[in-house]
Amino acid sequence: MSKARRILPDPMRLRAVARKEILQLRRDARSMLLAFAMPLLLLVIFGYAITWDVRNIPFGVIDRDQTRRSRDLITTFQSSGYFTLREYLDRPSEIAENLYKRREMIVFVIPPDFSRDIDAGRQAQIQAIVDGTDANTATIAISYTRAMIQTFALGNIRVSPTRSGLPIRAQSRVWFNEELKSRNMIVPGLVAVIMMIIAAILTSLTIAREWERGTMEQLAATPVTRLEVVLGKLLPYLAIGLIDVILSSLLGVLLFGVPFRGNPALLMLMSFLFLVGALGLGIFISAFARTQLVATQVAMMATYLPAYLLSGFMFPISVMPGVLRVLTYVVPARYFLVVTRGIFLKGVGLHVLYVQGIFMLIFSVIGLTLAVRGFRKELG
Amino acid sequence: MKWKPGVGVERTWEIARKEALQVFRDPRARGLLFGMPLIQLMIFGYAVSTDIRNTSTFVVDHDDSRASRDLISAFAGSGYFRIVGRSDRSSDIIDALDHGRAIVGMEIPAGFEKDTGNGRGADVQLVFDGTNSNIATVSRGYAEQILQNHAASMVTMRPPIDLRERAWFNPELKSRNYNVPAIVAMIIMLICSMLTAMAIVREREVGTLEQLMVSPLRPIELIIGKMLPFAAIGIGDLVIVTAIALLWFKVPFAGSFPLLLLASLFYIMAALGMGLFLSTISKTMQEAFMSNFLIFMPMILLSGFMFPVSSMPRAFQWITLLNPVRHYLVVVRGIFLKGAGIGVLWPELIALFVMGIAIQAFAATRFHKTAG
Repeated sequence: MSKARRILPDPMRLRAVARKEILQLRRDARSMLLAFAMPLLLLVIFGYAITWDVRNIPFGVIDRDQTRRSRDLITTFQSSGYFTLREYLDRPSEIAENLYKRREMIVFVIPPDFSRDIDAGRQAQIQAIVDGTDANTATIAISYTRAMIQTFALGNIRVSPTRSGLPIRAQSRVWFNEELKSRNMIVPGLVAVIMMIIAAILTSLTIAREWERGTMEQLAATPVTRLEVVLGKLLPYLAIGLIDVILSSLLGVLLFGVPFRGNPALLMLMSFLFLVGALGLGIFISAFARTQLVATQVAMMATYLPAYLLSGFMFPISVMPGVLRVLTYVVPARYFLVVTRGIFLKGVGLHVLYVQGIFMLIFSVIGLTLAVRGFRKELG
Repeated sequence: MKWKPGVGVERTWEIARKEALQVFRDPRARGLLFGMPLIQLMIFGYAVSTDIRNTSTFVVDHDDSRASRDLISAFAGSGYFRIVGRSDRSSDIIDALDHGRAIVGMEIPAGFEKDTGNGRGADVQLVFDGTNSNIATVSRGYAEQILQNHAASMVTMRPPIDLRERAWFNPELKSRNYNVPAIVAMIIMLICSMLTAMAIVREREVGTLEQLMVSPLRPIELIIGKMLPFAAIGIGDLVIVTAIALLWFKVPFAGSFPLLLLASLFYIMAALGMGLFLSTISKTMQEAFMSNFLIFMPMILLSGFMFPVSSMPRAFQWITLLNPVRHYLVVVRGIFLKGAGIGVLWPELIALFVMGIAIQAFAATRFHKTAG
């Protein structure tokens, strides 16, 4: 080789590669749809439609007591907003059928001596039969039931003649997401998931496409260096990713009222680092897979699913088994999620998030290196 | 040559054979078809858990007495909370929650032992990091329950109302039992819809679809031949997932497998039809993949897979009725956990059947128009 190897990318060539990629992207309506409509669609679905906030749990009652007290208890449940009375049942045998058919989620059985026991100062009993199929909703329904019964007990029962209450009173407060809306937890996390979609799914095709169409040899014959190809292919997606961050943050705050308590500039900086790493990974997968079919599938498995499931986005990392918990440390979205939630909800700055910042930096360097390296292997 | 009605079994078979060969020849694709269900099972079986245990808790104990230590060990001993740190400065709770070191903070006031002993009563402060609303909701319930029980035991009193709760169908309330069977729905949809669409579009992209069209092969034979291998793979994945769910994850299977198979056939029909439809609106494999992804995500999110349909707004609940995944999930979970039979599941079965037929018919008509 007569010429010295160039290290720094040539801006002209970089622009040429980026321009070609943008042209190709612009012509591909569906990728554009994915890049800009998908974030909106996800925001609307997560913001409006789906939630883990459990309300209006349909319940049934077998009231064997039929007194004012038992009716008061049922009213307590109904007026809480957490429960909706579906119907009164007559016989215990109806419970099974109704739970099978999912008419009710929970059925209460009030025994015949319920109010007599209360009046006599004896411990009264209530049975609750829950459809445990959906463990999460069932757990929440049970804890609401306990709270309702406690409310009822406080209003109706004297604890003892000498005492006004139990010796310990719980004073609960919730920080950062005071009303406990799952929307506030999901929208900041969604920013991370959306970026992974853009990064992994969109870029996974770029190099595999060149292989499949046979344009790779042409590209190899040009004087463009590896770094120029990788950076040129990366830049347009980086722009799309950053626009998506702004778009989804704005929508989350303006449309869904998610609080934004931190520094927007810090969010952009962290997003930039995260995107560079994720895009590099996508290009690496694409170069490695060679066919578009395999590239997309591997990208889904390697980046998108972990970002969704192993990042703490919705499923707590603390209850995962040890092996998986260790695995989550190499999922970059895990760190990015701490950043977005920290900035949106907690309003913390770099003095708290510097650890995550360092991880983002390492990730972006690894991603870029992988992309450039993986690319060379294929060319040689 | 006379036009012959019906479907040529031999020609259809040849297409199916060719397609199967093509799929299984690529070692990476082969690994994918069987590796994907396994990875998904592992992730969903182990990672996707909404059970809330070991929530990290920071304790500020201003009293440091026997009574306060008893309360703390009641918390730690419950299994729901893990004490990650203790001190006697209130500001440490703020710090621990800000840095994410703890999700729950508990502050025991000075004079706790004295006040609980003399009947005045003491206030225990509980602070929850609401960032993950689900963890906060559930652990608040647990924490208040533990406090209350502990308080009652201090005055040797029984709670005035005794709640006996029992969970049917999933007595231990394991979210795994709910999630693992549902993976079948995801995998079948991914394989049948995405791979069918890509297989057909590949022929179009490479240009062999035109050759097939001028051959004596009839479009219906082409469609069926293309779909058969993926339907078989879908059934294979159903068997694999069911076997692993039962043998490895010990998910109960209370119902009838033939009924599950029947429902799966209807569902596979719908998924294949979607794949065929997507192939008619895509010119390249990239387009096919993108559109699949665009449709797949909302379908899964609006199916009740992880987010209960009953908590959605009314309008969205109506929309989910058009989603085959939703109906299939009711069937799968009903059969696995509840042992439900046709008597309970017939509305979902009918819905799946009708959707399967309708989507197939619609897609096939479009395919005729675009290809023939």
